[in-house]
Amino acid sequence: MNPTAPLCAAGFFASGVLSDPVSVTHYLVVGAILFTSGVVCMAVKRNALGILMGIELVLNGANVNFIAFGSPYLRGEGSASIGLDGEAIALFVILLAAAEAAVALAITLNFYNNHSTVDIDQADDLQG
Amino acid sequence: MMGTLPGDSLGMTGMVLLAAINWHSLLFYLFATAACACAVAVVLTDNVVRMAFYLVLSLGATAGIFFLAGADFVGAMQLMIYVGGTLVLLVFGVMLTAQSPFVSIRTPSSDKVLGGIVGAALLMVLLLAAFSVDSWRRPAMGLVVAPSATPLGMALLGVRVDDDPTATPAAASIRSGYLLPFEIVSVHLLVVLVGAAYLARAKRRRIPRGIETAGADAATTGGRS
Repeated sequence: MNPTAPLCAAGFFASGVLSDPVSVTHYLVVGAILFTSGVVCMAVKRNALGILMGIELVLNGANVNFIAFGSPYLRGEGSASIGLDGEAIALFVILLAAAEAAVALAITLNFYNNHSTVDIDQADDLQG
Repeated sequence: MMGTLPGDSLGMTGMVLLAAINWHSLLFYLFATAACACAVAVVLTDNVVRMAFYLVLSLGATAGIFFLAGADFVGAMQLMIYVGGTLVLLVFGVMLTAQSPFVSIRTPSSDKVLGGIVGAALLMVLLLAAFSVDSWRRPAMGLVVAPSATPLGMALLGVRVDDDPTATPAAASIRSGYLLPFEIVSVHLLVVLVGAAYLARAKRRRIPRGIETAGADAATTGGRS
């Protein structure tokens, strides 16, 4: 067997996938996976802090899309770009996520002080 | 040649391979895999401490993706605010509430199956949308401008110094910066932090005076008898 066979296979892989520059679609796929993970995390977790982490993942997935559309590196030939707006919106999203996490954590701690649990299935006081 | 000097041939092939690899793409695949795998791990694990750890890894890898896209300042802010601030806050929350019954609250498996179906459908829609536009799939032209945080900083102060080649002069004259959103966000952050400190303050439990004295009397009489 030719000892260079695995290297040739790796070379085929490298020339096929690794030598191409990434495009906006690559970033969109990453953003989609992060967003979906966040949505599923929000849907299935029963711990209130787990739901907060799902929200962070969703915001982060949206941020990846904003960065991809605004990136000067990823601008393909003839494709439009939102330019600097993408980075600015991503910064605002990061700031608002920090604010949201602070308030939501305060509410969670308050709930924990009153109910001695962070299980959101116990948060049914408003049903009377 | 190949039979007599396999080591040399291997080295030559390796050199050719190394020259063929686009390191920007390789690093992107590395960080993207880390971000996606850790995000999925956040969903799959039940332990809240491990969820926080995987979330740190995922957001850090996302900061690497931002650096690779040329958004240096946003990547640095992601590391400082998200990983350094928000997640420390979350980890404090985990530590304050992680009594032993709440470290891992199990989800019913029917909910997990439903959530998985909904997530798979959503992922399918998003992937179809991502692959649908032709100009998004065109490979990037690479470095067009030198990376600099100056345009973003000036835009946050209300002055646009980045040039948009597609803009007509009439459109260029009305391009505005982000001074008003910046001020709104800063005041919003101040209000929110004051509100969070008010919400999460340590409350002293107020007991009405009559009940308190009655309870004390009962306790003293109970102790005597």
